[in-house]
Amino acid sequence: MKGFTLGQYYPGNSFIHRLDPRAKIILGILAIVCTFLCKTLFSFILLFALTLILAILSRIPLKILLRSLRPVLFILLFTSLVNIFMTKGENLLFEYWIFHVYEEGLWNALFMIVRITSLIVMTGIFLTYTTTPIALTDGLEQLLSPLKKLHIPVHDFAMMITIALRFIPTLAEETERIMNAQRARGVNFSSGGLFKRVRSLIPILIPLFVSAFNRAFDLANAMECRCYHGGEGRTRLNVLHYKAADFIAMILLLGIGIGLFFANRFTFGGMIR
Amino acid sequence: MDKLRLENVTYRYDVGTAFEQTALDDVTLSIEEGKITGIIGHTGSGKSTMMKLLNGLDHPAEGKVYLDGVDLNADKKELLSSSSLFEKYQNLSKSARKKAILSEYADFKKNLCFRVGLVMQYPEYQLFEETVEKDISFGPKNMGLSEEEIKKRVREAAMLTGVSEDLFEKSPFDLSGGQKRRVALAGVMAMKPEVLVLDEPAAGLDPRGRNNIFSSIVDYRNQTGSTVIIVSHSMEDMAKYCDRVVVMNHARVAMEGDRKEVFAHVGELSSMGLDIPEITRLAELLRERGLPLTDAIYTVEEATSALLSVFGKGGADR
Amino acid sequence: MKEQFVKTEELSFSYQAENENEAIPAVKNLSVEFSSGEYVAILGHNGSGKSTFAKLLNLILEPVSGRLFVDGKERTAELSEGELLDLRRTVGMVFQNPDNQLVATIVEEDVAFGPENLGYPREELRKRVDDALATVGMTEYASYEPHRLSGGQKQRVAIAGVLAMTPRCIIFDESTAMLDPSGRREVLSTIRRLNREEGITIINITHYMNEAAEADRILVMNDGELLFEGTPDEVFSRRDELLAVGLEVPQSAELVFRLREAGIDLPTEALSTPEKCAACIADAYFAKRKGGAVDG
Repeated sequence: MKGFTLGQYYPGNSFIHRLDPRAKIILGILAIVCTFLCKTLFSFILLFALTLILAILSRIPLKILLRSLRPVLFILLFTSLVNIFMTKGENLLFEYWIFHVYEEGLWNALFMIVRITSLIVMTGIFLTYTTTPIALTDGLEQLLSPLKKLHIPVHDFAMMITIALRFIPTLAEETERIMNAQRARGVNFSSGGLFKRVRSLIPILIPLFVSAFNRAFDLANAMECRCYHGGEGRTRLNVLHYKAADFIAMILLLGIGIGLFFANRFTFGGMIR
Repeated sequence: MDKLRLENVTYRYDVGTAFEQTALDDVTLSIEEGKITGIIGHTGSGKSTMMKLLNGLDHPAEGKVYLDGVDLNADKKELLSSSSLFEKYQNLSKSARKKAILSEYADFKKNLCFRVGLVMQYPEYQLFEETVEKDISFGPKNMGLSEEEIKKRVREAAMLTGVSEDLFEKSPFDLSGGQKRRVALAGVMAMKPEVLVLDEPAAGLDPRGRNNIFSSIVDYRNQTGSTVIIVSHSMEDMAKYCDRVVVMNHARVAMEGDRKEVFAHVGELSSMGLDIPEITRLAELLRERGLPLTDAIYTVEEATSALLSVFGKGGADR
Repeated sequence: MKEQFVKTEELSFSYQAENENEAIPAVKNLSVEFSSGEYVAILGHNGSGKSTFAKLLNLILEPVSGRLFVDGKERTAELSEGELLDLRRTVGMVFQNPDNQLVATIVEEDVAFGPENLGYPREELRKRVDDALATVGMTEYASYEPHRLSGGQKQRVAIAGVLAMTPRCIIFDESTAMLDPSGRREVLSTIRRLNREEGITIINITHYMNEAAEADRILVMNDGELLFEGTPDEVFSRRDELLAVGLEVPQSAELVFRLREAGIDLPTEALSTPEKCAACIADAYFAKRKGGAVDG
């Protein structure tokens, strides 16, 4: 269990890994906007190229990047089918019974696939793959810190997420230990009907809750002993600093977004409807 | 006779990640029936992994684990061609034999966790029922025993571990730390396992709690004749309670034998990062000062009788 | 006489029983003094009130009655926030379970947690974190995730987290109970060093006798009361009283008592270390041999 890693973070030291987490959050949002700006074949080609370049820059193996698409595979398939069969256009390619496939439908399906894939891969590259959950939390806290003036407890939320991240491996280990202890007392987690299986979780969940509460109590004590009194007057050891590269990256991506918008003027091939 | 046997067992953690490590490396080991065997080693020496293999919670990457000569992780092919079960049903027709072997092996697997009882480290974390009595009954209930038998076993186990019947209706969460530990231990003892395996049973307890836990383990062995395996890094406790000692180091068995044999190699043990019992160090100091102590000393009782004879009082008082 | 650092007068605390209105007393009229730079061990079986007492010392729990003085100032539950923070900065605490006291997901950020709360500027934070990690010998683990450390290492990080607040006193509340022998050695040698080299007052709550033997003074607690106190030599010479409250003496001292019971005349004034016990037994042996009483 010592090898437990949270989320999809892929350790590395690429250009993208080194960017400031705040910059990466903004870059992630820009990337999402980019995917929605594309309307024509030409801009989609550019978007696809952008995704590829980012993938190369991040030095994350393609196999791992594609793995992130697995959860949306069904959505990809479904939207493609819907687009292929439901889009009405002028250029009928194929007809059978109630199914009509138009050229525009094929284009739409292709564009949706490129759009969703790029969206997921690019946000993955900027956020989950190259940024640790804790850095993301820090980044979010500092990006949202102006909201503190509106009495929104940004610090408290960030502290909660930090503690949750800190304790996930501990509780995972604990769960395994309790499961082993109960299996040794004859609980079978993998057989029986649904009802029996759910019931077999009780001997796990109760001890887990009890222990989590005890831990929370201990931790609260320990934090109080270490002078924790909320976010007020608190300083930070590791403060995030924007570097030139962060600004360059943001400006570059902004520029690319604008470029994509104008690329829509080239209307050869298909376009989205 | 060997109750349990490990043959060339290898086990690895986190295979394929940067954190891969070998917890057991080609370990061959026999556990004698009816004895208390102590498995000592520092953290990460593989001792805690071993206990999970002994009742089938986990299986080795390579090698075999046997209980009474039956392979805990036999595959079907082996079972039907070369196992001890095969010999037992040799006279049956092929299909009848297959059926008999497979159903007996399925039963064996099902009952494994009741035959080899496991008490994990800090077992009080496994308590979950509303009352102490219900919690101790949980294991026996899973065995499918009759109400009457369960009641009887719960009483016996509570008696052994010193859980008074006044506590039976209390919630286990209202007990003190030492009491919780004893209830958890009773929960395993109530299944009457032939082999009782315990991981650091006294960790974190005060001296009285420690002594209580260990004496109930010894009582259990004496009353049921069961085999007991205690995994620990306390040489002091091992010296006091074990018949045999196995020393683990770097995922291998470094030493094995009667406790006298093993503790005679005090120097090697301390080079493995184990703590020498204080009394053994004291005996060493006395030798340096010129007292004629010949035997290896690792319990206060042994030290007392050795010194009494040195002082010329051996016969008179003992 | 050294300068007095902590003083309690008739300090009492009770827990509220869940269903009934009665209170369960945990600490009863405790009056003790610790001087600056002292190394004190508090012995007592589980539930003897020693952990509750520790939590009273930095007002994690509020005493029901009695007075508490730390560093010359009286500390009451009506302290201002600043004074309370100052108290907790001055009297740091390390708990039993290493997993339940680390807050951050990276070692150095966890060490920084206390000073961050106190609002030190960044350069100061850096220096404090680096110094604290160096003192406990964990510098090379600064960027590790806590769950990849051993128990002993985690406790050293927890100690560093307290050290970074530059306390004058650290209370260890059974901090070695969940560790293996090597982890315990790591933590104990760190405690010793903090006491000798940094002059930090140490209060070590434990039920390991040989740990208590390292202290300058031992307080023995039972049922929330101070049973008796003294140097390790004095305390371990009262073996029967210790046994009566569920404690014991170290193995070497136990041996001396058993030999005494068997009729060998041994002094019991100095039994806190194996070395002292060996000296005591050897002296008796050679004295007897000189007298010609030992044969062969």
